[in-house]
Amino acid sequence: MTDTPQAVEVNCTTGEVTTRPLTADEIAAQAVAAQAAADQAAAQEAQEKAKADAKASAMAKLAALGLSADEVAALSA
Amino acid sequence: MASTYTLISSQVLASSASSVTFSAIPATYTDLVLRCSIRDTNTGALIGSTTVTFNADTSAIYSVTKLIGNGSTASSSRQSGVASWSENYNGSNAGVTTNTFSSIEIYIPNYTSTTSKSFSQFAATENNAASSGTEIDAWAHLYRNTSAISSIEIAAYANFQTASSFYLYGISNA
Repeated sequence: MTDTPQAVEVNCTTGEVTTRPLTADEIAAQAVAAQAAADQAAAQEAQEKAKADAKASAMAKLAALGLSADEVAALSA
Repeated sequence: MASTYTLISSQVLASSASSVTFSAIPATYTDLVLRCSIRDTNTGALIGSTTVTFNADTSAIYSVTKLIGNGSTASSSRQSGVASWSENYNGSNAGVTTNTFSSIEIYIPNYTSTTSKSFSQFAATENNAASSGTEIDAWAHLYRNTSAISSIEIAAYANFQTASSFYLYGISNA
């Protein structure tokens, strides 16, 4: 097993499968793309958490105003 | 009866790989379907992210609209003018059950058309564990390029684990 990442290419016309080690530039580009994807996923997760937290806070405030659990659930449906 | 769903090519990894590319895709079908069962070797996170590109084209001409559900919250997002797109899938973190793979299907209608291509994607990430890291995604995509799609690259966050599989089908109008 090699430590160098491998790229697999399948030629759909000839059926030939080529496996080659990534070049240094490709490894660097992969690291950049992976970091960008991780950043995107983290930003998305943070956005989802903020939205869920805001919803929970709003529900708690509605309950504090005297709405019943069924009424709060009906508003959030 | 006409054969409308034809396997063009497939790749089941015998050893880990950082990317899989289907090149020289024949322009003889009506639509394309790419189905993947993948897991990443990365042990640092529950979920990795693939990066997908057509025709080795990393111009900022892809648009994505995404709907996500993870069992507790639902969300939606949109990005326009991006250079590729990413899809979450199982990593190899200790919180992810061994040998659980994620499923991704990309459906590309009219892949040889001379106009922009709209296409869809569905993905399911399930790790058979109590930890987080499960989700189901539905995507609407647009690739603003007038050339036929002749290659598809799907790149791993780190490396696709051995036994990850990739199947490319052609759909023909009967």
